[in-house]
Amino acid sequence: MDNGNMIIINGNEIPFEPGETILQAAQRKSIEIPTLCYLKGASPTGECRMCVVEVEGARNLVASCAAPAGKGMVVHTESPRVVEARRLLLKLLLSSGNHNCAVRKSDDQDWTGFQLSVQKEDSSAELCPAWGDCKLQNLAYQYQVTGEQFPRTETPYPMETVNPFIVRDFSRCIKCGRCVQACCDIQVNDAISFGYRGSNTKVIAAGDRPLKDSDCVFCGECVQACPVATLMEKDARYRIRPWETEKVRTTCSYCGVGCQLNLHVKEGEVVQVTGVEEIAPNYGSLCVKGRFGFNFINAPDRLKSPMIKKEDGTFREASWDEALDLVAEKFKAVRDDHGPDAFGLLTSARVTNEENYIAQKFARAVMKTNNVDHCARL
Amino acid sequence: MTNTIADIEEADVILITGSNTTENHPVLSSFVKRAVKFRGAKLILVDPRRIKIAAYAHQWLRQNLGADVAWINGMMNVIIEEDLYDKTFVAERTEGFEEMKKVVEKFTPEYVEGISGIPAQQIIDAARMYAAAEKGTILYCMGITQHITGTDNVKSLANLAMLCGNMGIRGGGVNPLRGQNNVQGACDMGGLPNVFTAYQPVNNPDAVKKMEQNWGVSGISDKVGLKVTEMIPKAHSGELKALYIIGENPLVSDPDLNHAEASFKHLDFLVVQDIFMTETAQLADVVLPSACFAEKEGTFSNTERRVQRVRKAVEPPGEAKDDWWITWEIARRMGHETDQYTDSQKIFEEIRKVTPSYAGITYERIEVEGLHWPCPTTEHPGTPILHIGQFPKGRGTFHAIDYIQPAEQTDDEYPLYLTTGRVLYQYHTGTMTRKTQGLNEREGESFVEITPRDADRLKIEDGAMVEISSRRGAIQARIKISDKAVDGTVFIPFHFAEAAANRLTNAALDPVSGIPEYKVCAVKVSAAA
Ligand code: SF4
Ligand code: SF4
Ligand code: SF4
Ligand code: FES
Repeated sequence: MDNGNMIIINGNEIPFEPGETILQAAQRKSIEIPTLCYLKGASPTGECRMCVVEVEGARNLVASCAAPAGKGMVVHTESPRVVEARRLLLKLLLSSGNHNCAVRKSDDQDWTGFQLSVQKEDSSAELCPAWGDCKLQNLAYQYQVTGEQFPRTETPYPMETVNPFIVRDFSRCIKCGRCVQACCDIQVNDAISFGYRGSNTKVIAAGDRPLKDSDCVFCGECVQACPVATLMEKDARYRIRPWETEKVRTTCSYCGVGCQLNLHVKEGEVVQVTGVEEIAPNYGSLCVKGRFGFNFINAPDRLKSPMIKKEDGTFREASWDEALDLVAEKFKAVRDDHGPDAFGLLTSARVTNEENYIAQKFARAVMKTNNVDHCARL
Repeated sequence: MTNTIADIEEADVILITGSNTTENHPVLSSFVKRAVKFRGAKLILVDPRRIKIAAYAHQWLRQNLGADVAWINGMMNVIIEEDLYDKTFVAERTEGFEEMKKVVEKFTPEYVEGISGIPAQQIIDAARMYAAAEKGTILYCMGITQHITGTDNVKSLANLAMLCGNMGIRGGGVNPLRGQNNVQGACDMGGLPNVFTAYQPVNNPDAVKKMEQNWGVSGISDKVGLKVTEMIPKAHSGELKALYIIGENPLVSDPDLNHAEASFKHLDFLVVQDIFMTETAQLADVVLPSACFAEKEGTFSNTERRVQRVRKAVEPPGEAKDDWWITWEIARRMGHETDQYTDSQKIFEEIRKVTPSYAGITYERIEVEGLHWPCPTTEHPGTPILHIGQFPKGRGTFHAIDYIQPAEQTDDEYPLYLTTGRVLYQYHTGTMTRKTQGLNEREGESFVEITPRDADRLKIEDGAMVEISSRRGAIQARIKISDKAVDGTVFIPFHFAEAAANRLTNAALDPVSGIPEYKVCAVKVSAAA
C-alpha cells in the first residue's frame, strides 16, 4: 500500500482512495460520525455541520462529509471541542421548531405547556409521530442535550395534508435539505426546492403549491430521506411506532426493475413499505406503486376459499379437497379423452420462479403438452 | 437486458424508444435522468407521445405509429453512408453485414421521412449522435414489441447496436425493460410453448430426454405448443377444451376482448387461480385462491436478469395457498406421485439441476444481493453484462429487414390511430393498484388523450364523455386534452376493465413472437350518446 494515502482517525491508520471524504474513510472502518444532511449518492452540501471533526493543525472544525481526506491528516471525531460544537447545534435545532419529544426538556412544568401547544398546532394529542425513529432525537439523546436554552421559534407555515400519501409538517423541518437532494439529485423529479429566505426558509413545490399540484410523482424518496418528522407517510403517521413492527426484506411485485423493499409488519399486516438502502438494483429508491400500492395485500375482497360454479352461474365456497379433486378429475378426462393438446396452461409473470417452474412442469410432465405460455407480452 | 440497470449511468448516449420510462419503470428512469443531468450523457428519445422523459432528451424524434423499422434503418443508412460505424467490431464479431447494408441502402433520410414522419435532418442528427458514442445504450419496451413487426423492430435495434460496436461493453447493450415483475423469470423457467427452462428447445431430443430423466416420466411432447394468442382461437373452435390460468387476467389484457370473452365461454372447463375474483375468474368453473407476493417464499428475476429473493412477511388470508402447492396438489391427485415438494427452496434446488444458467445460484448466495444469470457454477460471480468478447453462437448476425406497414390503417370511417399503454399510478389490469385509494385518487378512471387540435376538430371539450369505437368494439371514456398527444393519434391506458381499451385493439399478431399489435389500430371518437 502507498503509505502516502493514509489518514489517522482517532488513532487508527486508515488508507483512503484519492477523492474520498473523511466521512467515507471513517465509515469504511466503522467509525461513527453523526450526520444529518449528508445523503449518500448526492454531492455533500455541508448544510448542517453535525458531522464536524477536529483536524490537527486546522483552525476551524471541518465538515467531514464534504472535506476530502488528506495525506497524513490526524482527525478526532469525538474530541471535547467537537462534542461541544455538536451539542450547541443540537440545542439550536431542537428549539428551531416543534420538536416536542421528551428530550426537548425534562422540566415537567414546561412539558405540560408544551404539550398543549402541540395539540393546538398538530390537531393531535400525541407526541411527535417520529418519536423513536428520529435522527435528531437520537442525537439529542446521545449527546444529552435539551432545547431549553433558546426560545422556541414559531413556524409560519401550516401543515400540508391535501394529498393521499404524504404529510408535510413544516413546524418540524430542520432545513437539512435531504429531501431536496433526494428529489432533485437521486430521483431527479425536480419537484421541490428551498424557497423564501432566512428563518422563513421553506421547502416548496412549484412556487409553494401543494405537492399534488406540482411535478411531484409521490415516489416518497423525500419521506425516506427526511431525518425527522416533517415528511411522513400519511397512513403510517400516528399508526405505527418503529419498535412495534418487524421488517421483512423482499422484492417489489410490480414492474421489472425488481426494487428491494422492506415490508413493515404490525400484527400480521403490512403497514408501511420502505426501500432497502445501499443494495442494487434500487439503492433505497422506490416509486409510488412500490411504496404506497400495498393495500391490495390486506384487501377485504381477497379470495379466501376455493369456489366452484353452480348450475345457475353463481359461485359457492368449497373445500380444497373438493375443488382439487374436481379439477384433477376434469383435467385427467380432457387429457385421456381429447388428448394432451386439448389442454392449455397460462402461467404468470406475477408469480415466483418456483411457481412458474412447477406450472410448466405440470403441463409437460403431467398433462404431456407444451401448450404453456404466459400473458407477459400482452 | 444485456446490461445492468446501474450500467445506464455509464453510457455517453442513451437511446430510448417505445418506453414511457418515467411512468412504467420509474426507478430505472432515475438512472437515465441522473446520467443526463449529472454525467453529461446525451439522450435520444424516439416516441410518438411527448412523454415526461422528453423533457430530458437532447433529441426527440416523433415517429408515426409502426414506423420503427424505417427510422432504425434510416439511422443505419446514415451511419454506413458517413462511415461512422465500428469496422473492427463488424469485421471481427458479426456476420451478414453486406446483406443488411443492401436492404438499408434505400432507407435514405428522405425516404424514411416519408414513412415515419420524422424530418430527414433529425434522423441524420440522431444517427451521428448515437454513432459518436463510445458507450451507447438502447432501452426499449412494449412500444417496440407490441407490433406485427415487433420481432423485426427488436432485431433492427440489435443491428444498430452491433453496427456501432455497442455490445458486450459497460454502458452499452440492447436493453428490453420488462413490464411485469417476473416476466424474465416466467420465460427463464420455460413458461413458453417452445422451450423448457433456460430456453432449451422442446423439439431438441436431448433436452426432452434430459427432462424425462430428471422428472422420472416418459412421453414428454417434443411438439411446440400453442402461444396464448393461438390458444384463444382454438378455444373458440372447440379444439382446446380446458384452460388453467394462474395469476393472469387476460379478459382485460388480451387484444380484441370481445372475441376473447366469447372464446373462453366455449371452453368445457376453465380454472383460474388468483388473489382476486378478476374479470377472468368470473368466467371460471373453479376458482382457486392463491397467496400474494408478501405471503410467500421464492425468487423473482428482474429485467436485468438478477435473481432476487421474495420473502414471506404475512400469512395469506383464509384458505389461500402458494401457487406451487395448488398446482402440484392437482398433479398428485391426478396420480402423479413422484417429486413431493415441501417448500420453495426444494423446488429451486430442482430448477438448478435442469437449468444451466441458474445452476450456480442458491438461496444462500442471494441472501443479501441477487445474482445475474448466466451463473453456471456456485463459484461463478454471475454475468452482469452479456456478450463480452463473444456472442453465444460465435458471431452476431445482422438481419436484413425491410419495412412493413401496421396491420390496420386509418380510413374515412375510423380516421384516428389508437395506441395503448400504462399510467404511473396504475399497474397492468389494475387488480392490485386499484385497491389503494390514493392511487385511484391520482388516476382512477380511463381517459382518451388527444391533442387540442383534434379535440377542436371533433368539437369535444376537455373532460367530456366520448365513445371510442374500432372495427371490434366500443368503449366510453373521458377526453383528456394533452400536449403529450400527437395529432391524429389518441392514447388510452388499458388498466380499467369498465372501459377496457382492449375491446378496441387489434389481435393481428407478430408472426414470430405472437405478440398482438396493441400499439396501433384505427378508431373513431364521437360524443357519447
Ligand atoms: S415524493 Fe418524490 S417527487 Fe414528490 S417531492 Fe418527494 S421526492 Fe420529490
Ligand atoms: S423536510 Fe425533512 S429532509 Fe427536508 S429539509 Fe426539512 S427536515 Fe430536512
Ligand atoms: S418500486 Fe416501482 S420501479 Fe421499483 S420495482 Fe416496484 S414498481 Fe418498479
Ligand atoms: S452531515 Fe456533514 S454537514 Fe451535514
